[in-house]
Parts: sequence; structure tokens; C-alpha cells
Amino acid sequence: MTVAVKESRRRKRFRFDKDKAIGLALVTPSILAVMVFVYGFIAWTLRVSLSAWKGLLPDYTFVGLDNFRQLASDPRFHIDVRNTVIFTVVFVGGCLIVGLGTALLLDQGIRAEGFFRSLYLFPMAISFIVTGVVWRWLMNPAQGDRISGLNLLFDKLGLDFLVNTWHATPGWGIAFVAIPAIWQMSGYTMALYLAGLRGVPEALREAARVDGATELQVYRKVVLPLIRPVTLSALIILGHISLKVFDLIVAMAGKQVQLDVPAIYMWTTTFDGFFFGRGAAIGIVLLVSVAVLVVPYLAYTLRQESGQ
Amino acid sequence: MTQTRARAWIYIPLMFLALFYLVPMFVMLDTGFKSFDEVSLRTMWDLPKSLAFDNFVAAWEALSPNVMNSFKIVVPAAILSASLGSINGFVLAKWKFKGANVVFPLLLFGMFIPYQSILIPLVEFMQSVGLSGSIPGLILTHIIYGIPITTLIFRNYFATVPEDLIEAAKIDGAGIWSTYLRVLLPLSIPAFVVVLIWQFTAAWNDFLFAVVLTDNTNWPVTVALNNMAGSQIIAWNVQMAGSFLAALPTLLVYIFLGRYFIRGMMSGALKE
Amino acid sequence: MYRRKGLRLFAVVAAFALIAAACGGGGGETTTTGGEGTGTTAAAASEVEVFSWWTGGGEAAGLEAMIKVFNEKYPNIKFVNSAVAGGAGTNARAVLASRLQANDPPDSWQGHAGWELIGTYVAADQIEPLNFLYDQEGWLDVMPDTLIPLISKDGNIYSVPVNIHRANVLWMNPTVLSDNGISVPTTLDEFFTALDTLKANGMDAPLAMGEQWTSMHLLETIMLASLGADGWNSLWDGTGDWSSAEVTKALENFAKVLDYTNSDASALSWQDAGQLVLDGSAAFNIMGDWQEGFFRELGKTPKTDYDWAPVPGTPGTFQFLSDSFVLAKGAPHRDAAIAWLTVAGSREGQDAFNPVKGSIPARNDGDRSLYGEYLLSAMDDWASNTVVGSLTHGVVANDSWKSEIDTALGLFLSNKDVAAFQDALVAAAAASPNQ
Repeated sequence: MTVAVKESRRRKRFRFDKDKAIGLALVTPSILAVMVFVYGFIAWTLRVSLSAWKGLLPDYTFVGLDNFRQLASDPRFHIDVRNTVIFTVVFVGGCLIVGLGTALLLDQGIRAEGFFRSLYLFPMAISFIVTGVVWRWLMNPAQGDRISGLNLLFDKLGLDFLVNTWHATPGWGIAFVAIPAIWQMSGYTMALYLAGLRGVPEALREAARVDGATELQVYRKVVLPLIRPVTLSALIILGHISLKVFDLIVAMAGKQVQLDVPAIYMWTTTFDGFFFGRGAAIGIVLLVSVAVLVVPYLAYTLRQESGQ
Repeated sequence: MTQTRARAWIYIPLMFLALFYLVPMFVMLDTGFKSFDEVSLRTMWDLPKSLAFDNFVAAWEALSPNVMNSFKIVVPAAILSASLGSINGFVLAKWKFKGANVVFPLLLFGMFIPYQSILIPLVEFMQSVGLSGSIPGLILTHIIYGIPITTLIFRNYFATVPEDLIEAAKIDGAGIWSTYLRVLLPLSIPAFVVVLIWQFTAAWNDFLFAVVLTDNTNWPVTVALNNMAGSQIIAWNVQMAGSFLAALPTLLVYIFLGRYFIRGMMSGALKE
Repeated sequence: MYRRKGLRLFAVVAAFALIAAACGGGGGETTTTGGEGTGTTAAAASEVEVFSWWTGGGEAAGLEAMIKVFNEKYPNIKFVNSAVAGGAGTNARAVLASRLQANDPPDSWQGHAGWELIGTYVAADQIEPLNFLYDQEGWLDVMPDTLIPLISKDGNIYSVPVNIHRANVLWMNPTVLSDNGISVPTTLDEFFTALDTLKANGMDAPLAMGEQWTSMHLLETIMLASLGADGWNSLWDGTGDWSSAEVTKALENFAKVLDYTNSDASALSWQDAGQLVLDGSAAFNIMGDWQEGFFRELGKTPKTDYDWAPVPGTPGTFQFLSDSFVLAKGAPHRDAAIAWLTVAGSREGQDAFNPVKGSIPARNDGDRSLYGEYLLSAMDDWASNTVVGSLTHGVVANDSWKSEIDTALGLFLSNKDVAAFQDALVAAAAASPNQ
């Protein structure tokens, strides 16, 4: 270290440019890796999506947008899009509500805050490879004699009105699949909000109280507007998770068209049916949807920063 | 007086939420202690007749070599990707070169690709560099696909470090390395904790990359756990015991380090 | 101060990274050795890599038993068991597809005998014909004549079937049947009458069913019952007409059968569905004969706790599926792979595997003393019945075709539109025929 310092002192005149060059050099491996592993592979996927590849071996015969056109009129893909929209709304909404709610509760200066925080956060540590089957049991839709899972629990506790058909509900089953996803990610959302809440200076709250605001008004008028950026970043993180949801649904419900989403269709059509062209087209559609979600956000935050 | 009563009331929803978060773990452990013929959907809430650890022993025997593999994969992957992310984040936040503001979003976008769609070129790449089937190949994959998130966390964290500190170091004559090592690295311990936990969990729980990139001697625990099930008769009791064992390391990380994770987030990492 | 802290942290990180690199390097060395083994000829005869999805339960134990036979016969060849589980082989197939595309084939791999193998791997020129092995080992004499065409293309036989499962089995709860005065249905009409009786007696869902793939299993058995063996076969060899009135009738029968199934089917596994029959919550379940393995695992007694019969409308027909092994073209260890296939097709190998897995040997000369009551009845039927192939389990249709049928079926389960279902099936047959 001392050597480095001495050296840089000696070459003070050139230091500036040279250091910038070192900076660039340090980032270059990452840039190259991402260029190959992200953009290179996306380019490959794009090429396959424009090809007739069906079967085990590559066939790059160019067919233009045929695969995309077929998706547009594919009833299964229509179900996928509908399911993704429903899932995203319920999952993101649920995480934000539960996350903000718990964060506000925990922000009341309660005892054992650390305990509750860790408890709410822990589902994030476990993959659905591990808990998928448990959720499948919990959300067993059977009623009457064969009642089981949460339905049985509700029934025993006299909460009959909560008994329902869960993810076997025709048309809306996917909304219930969002529950385990909320279980997993709401703790993370809580942590985001809690971090945001702790970032609000106490002085601002005090000032509002001095002005005669009630505790509720303090939150509505002062605190919540200040943590709006947290909501935005949570939206982006949760939104892209929901577009890519895969493990959870496979583990919980197997592969069934009623609960199908694009990522599952992509996987099964590629590796069960060997429709590589169609699978790649679904991948591209997913990527474009993510880009539509993320790119404006990135542009916005970067502009905010440079404006500061 | 009203204050304390309000406080006491708050614990009710908190406890209910705690139950919501714990129920799946209860079912997993409860089933893990049962014998094969005790396991059925109708009796899932019943407690096991006896507290036998047979299932856990059986599951451990099946999984233990793979648990070692998981550590061999996850520890280097988490440490190396945190180090890489730290350097990237530092350069992109505090040592900007021309075009740094273009590079950052380009790196970040990699976070969003659906991994299922790039398996074929990934395997072909690993095959062509001779890393297919091996642990280093999988580590490399985790590091590369970890670049976006680790860079993001460190960059946002470093962005909160006052410019004055950097300037002061420069005036002292510090170059890029000494500025990083002397000023930013010591400040970034909370971000390191967040990134290490994040990457540890992500790599530990990964199934997709592991199943296509490693061969049977190098499988991590997720693949082995999935293999325990087979395609026909599934011994759910042993499966649940195995699930619990497979989740244990990440659970412990969250239980013991969870508060540092949240503290790290609060101190600026992962805010945006 | 910054500096000291920084140094210490740096040292810690560096130390960890070194340890990590050492660990990683260690792992790397082991694999490199393995990699060299596959690449060079020096170690060529010393191992054979076999890829399957037999990782758990009876199938893994059965594979182990067969490996034991292999090790006794070929002590110099190391058996490398690359089994990957999950999704009825989907994960395994994804891994295999990636490896084949990267030109890194295992020596031999598992697939369902029939078009699942032929449509994918023969079409891509990835596996070798095995007629020479059939001639050399005399397998043509010990396997049913009706089986061979179903695992061949253009006169070439492409796989070695290790076991046989029967798909068209009706599982029953004898107590429920006798309580309701029902005798075993043998035709579809009798089946519907029985189901109506049970429903009238207050059983909402007398036929237990599970998730989507089990409904495809139900579909194929009901179609077989409606169309007969010849009609069923003609749909797959290109001579039959998917838009015919007979197919419409078959699909209507299927739709009717679905009315008697449990509403929570999509949330149940095939085991859960079998459990419903044992519990008496349902009277019937249509599932392959691995269901029997599950019942026995639970300690149930054949004929008292559960009973079986061919699916109504299909007595005299054996709808089969078979796990089989192939020889990779350009196998890194071709001789060792052939040695493995020889064991897989041998009486000894099959009698080691099948009693443990709960299936019958593909050969008709298995040692009858090793098999239980159900399996013995299946062995008799296998030797005497007309053999037809299963759709769900890869015999009759190539993968692309099957996956399109699966999508059409999934849509049908949500909209129950028979005409649209049939249109989709016609389209699937036109787009991805067996060829």
C-alpha cells in the first residue's frame, strides 16, 4: 500500500488520466462478461426466435416473425399473458401492502423489533424447491370429507368463510399462487420500507407535530411522500420477479395450462416439445416486457442523480 | 397510558403475521418427523406419533456430499462476486470514466434476463472453455450473473459517500487503489454484508444453473434434494426432512445475520 | 485509521478468496480428471456414463440392483450414474438436450421406448440402431412381436426396453364397489352406469384424478376404449383420421368421464389420487401400474384393500410404456455402453431391476417366483394381449406432437369445448407427424 501511495505521488502529473484508465480497466472484465453472457446470449436467442428450429439440433433457417405471429394467435399464450397480469397485480400489490404495513407497525418503537424483522425476512432465504410442496399441501382445494391443508385449519378454527378452492379456482387460480410469493418477498419489501422510514429525519416529524398534526397526518403528509422512491424501486424489483416466476408454479401446481405463465411455456415448449424457435420467441417477448418496465426507470433514476 | 395500550395492541397483528410466516416451516418439520404411513393430506396438522430422527438421518446420508459441494460453490461465488461488485460499484460511483453512466445501466439490465432462455448457449460456452460439469464453471456463472445486482448495491451505497472524502484522499495524493482501500472499502462493510448474504442465498438456492452445468460428482444440495424425490413414489417424510436440512444453512445465515442485512439496507445499500 | 481497517478487511477478504479458490480448484481437479477420462482413449474402456431420471424410490433402488449385476459381469468398467430427477424427466431432458447440442453425449441414456426416442434422437442422428445386439442376444425371441414395431423405425430397433408398465389399469376400492352393489365394469357403458350409481348414492367424484398429466393418461385410455386397438394405432401411423366422427365420440366420452372426477384434481399428484381410492373417498382411479407399487409401499393388501382390472373397454389390450436405454452415436465408451445394454436386456438384469421397481420385465422369460400377485397377472397379459403404446409416456407420438396435444388438453380442461379440442388435435397431427 505504502508503495502504491509513494508511486502515485511520484507520478502526480499523470495520475488523473492514468487512474481513470485503471478504473476502466477494473470494470472491463465485468463489461466483457456481461457482453458475452447477457447480450451475446440475448442475440443468440433473438436469432433462434427468428428461425424455424424445431427438434434437437439447431436449424437457423430464417422465418422472420413467424414465431411471434403464431404466439399472437396462440390461445395458450393468451392465457399466459392474462395470468402474468393477474399474478403481477396481486403479488406486487400484496407485497407492497404487507411490506408497508409491517414496516409501519415495526416503526412504532416496539420491543423485540429485531426478532420480528428477522422472522418476516426469513422466507426469502428458502427456495421454492424446498417449500413448493408444502404450499401445495397447504393450499389443497378439497372441501367436505376430504378437507385438508389451510381449509381444514380454517374449518377447525371456525373460520369457514375463508375456506376456498385456492389455485384450483377456475380462471382466477393464478391469483392464489401469488400468496406463497407474497410470503417469500413481503419481508424483503418490509425491509426496504423500514430502511426508507428510518431515513426520514425525526426533525421533520417533530416539526409537523408542533404544527398540530396528528400521528396519522404526520404519516400521510410527511413520511409517506418521502418514501415514495422506495415504492418505485420495490415495484421494479418485484415486477421483474413476477415476470420471471417459474419454480413456484411448477413446484406447487405442476405444469398445467390453467396456471401457465410465459416462463413455463418457454421451458416446456423448448425442452418437452423441442420447439426451440417458439421458446426463444417467448424469451424475447419476456425480455422486451422487462425492458419496457425497467428502462424508463433506469433512465429516470440516472437523470435524477445527475440533476442533483 | 394510551400510548402503552396502543403499543400492546400492535403485537396482535405482528403475532398473526409471524404465524403466517411460520406455518410452512411447521408443516415441513412436522412431516419430517413422521413415518411414511403417517403422511397423508388429511392428517397434515397432526403431530407425529413419535419424535424419530430417522428421516433426518436418512436425508443427511443422501445429501451430505452435496452439502459440501454447495459450500465449495457458494462460498467462493459469494466472496468473489462481492469483491467484483465492490470494485465495479466504486469505479462507477466515485471514479467515473467517460461513459460510466452508459456502462452502468447496460450492466444492470443483465439482472432481468430470464435464465431459462439462455441455457443452451451457456452450456455450449462452458463446454468450449472446458468448464462444463465442474464446480469452477458454476462459480463463474454465479459470479457473472451476480455482476448486475452486486454492482447495483455497491454503486448505490458508494453514491451516498460524500464527495469530500474522496477529494480529501486525492489531495493526500491517494490514487485509485489507495482511495478504494483506505476510504471506501472500510466504509462499505454494511454493503458487503448485504451482498454476501444476497449472493450466498441466491447461489445456495440455485437449481437451474446447477442442474445443467455440474455433473453428478459436483451437484449442489438443491439438485440432490430434487433427485431424492424421483419421478414416482415419493417418501414425503424423508423429502421434508431433507428440505429442512437443505434450507438450514441459509436459514441460519438469515437468523444470525438478518439484522446486519437490514442494517446494511438501512445504511444505504439496496435503497434503490 | 482508514488505512488499518481497510488493510485488515482486505486481508480477510483476500484470505477467504484464497481458501475459496483452493476449494474451487480442488473441485475443478476432480472434474478435469473426469473430463479427460471422457476425452481420451486411454481410459475409454474403464467407464460407462449412463444418464437417466431414476433418482428416487424403487426406480433408483432397481437401477442400483441392475448396476450390481453389471459390476459383477464387468468388474473392470466403472459405472457412472448420471441421474437427474424432476418433472417426469423434463429437467433430465433439458440437461440431455444441452449436452447433446454441446456435443458431449453420455454413453447411454434413458428414454421411453417408442417415438419419444425415435422422434427426437433418431431424427437428430444421435443414437445407433441396435439390431446387431438383438440378433446377438436373441432378444427377438423373448420379446413380444407386437412390441418390436413400436420401438423401431425403418426396420431399425433403437432401444433396449428394461421394464414394462401397463397404462390401462383401473384401480378400485372393492369395499366401495360391494357396498354399492357394483361389479367390475368391462365396457364403457357399464363404467358410466357404475359411476352414475355411485353418484346417485352420494359420491360426488367416484373417479379420482390428479394433475394435468394424469388427465392425459385418462384421455389415452378412454380413447383406446372408444376406438379399439386398431383405431388407436391408426391415429399415430398416419393412416387414421383425427377429424373423424369416431374421434369426436371418443373425446365426448372423455368429456363425460371428466364429469365424475374430483374438482381439486389439478392440485393432486397421482399418489394423492390413489390415496382417495384407498380411503374410499373415490371408487376408481385410472393410472399406470406404478400405482400398485405405491399401494404396496403403504402396506395394503391386494384384492382386499384394492383391486384392479383393465380400463373398461380395453380388456385384451395391453397399453404399455417402457423405460429403455439407447446407444449414443459417437459414445465416448462404445464398448462399455454395449456391455451395459447387454446387461439391461438380459434376463438377469431385468429380474434384478423389475421386482424392486415394481414393473415386469420386457422379456417374457422372467423368473415368476420374484413377482407379486398383480405383476404376475400383468406378465400373463403382456405375453397374451394385443400390445399398444401409451401417449403420455412417450410410445406413440414424438415429443413435439405430444407437447402440442398436452397444450390442447390443458385448454380443453379449462373450456370443455370438444370441437375446439378436436380441431387442435387435428392441427397438432398435421404439424408434427411421426416421421
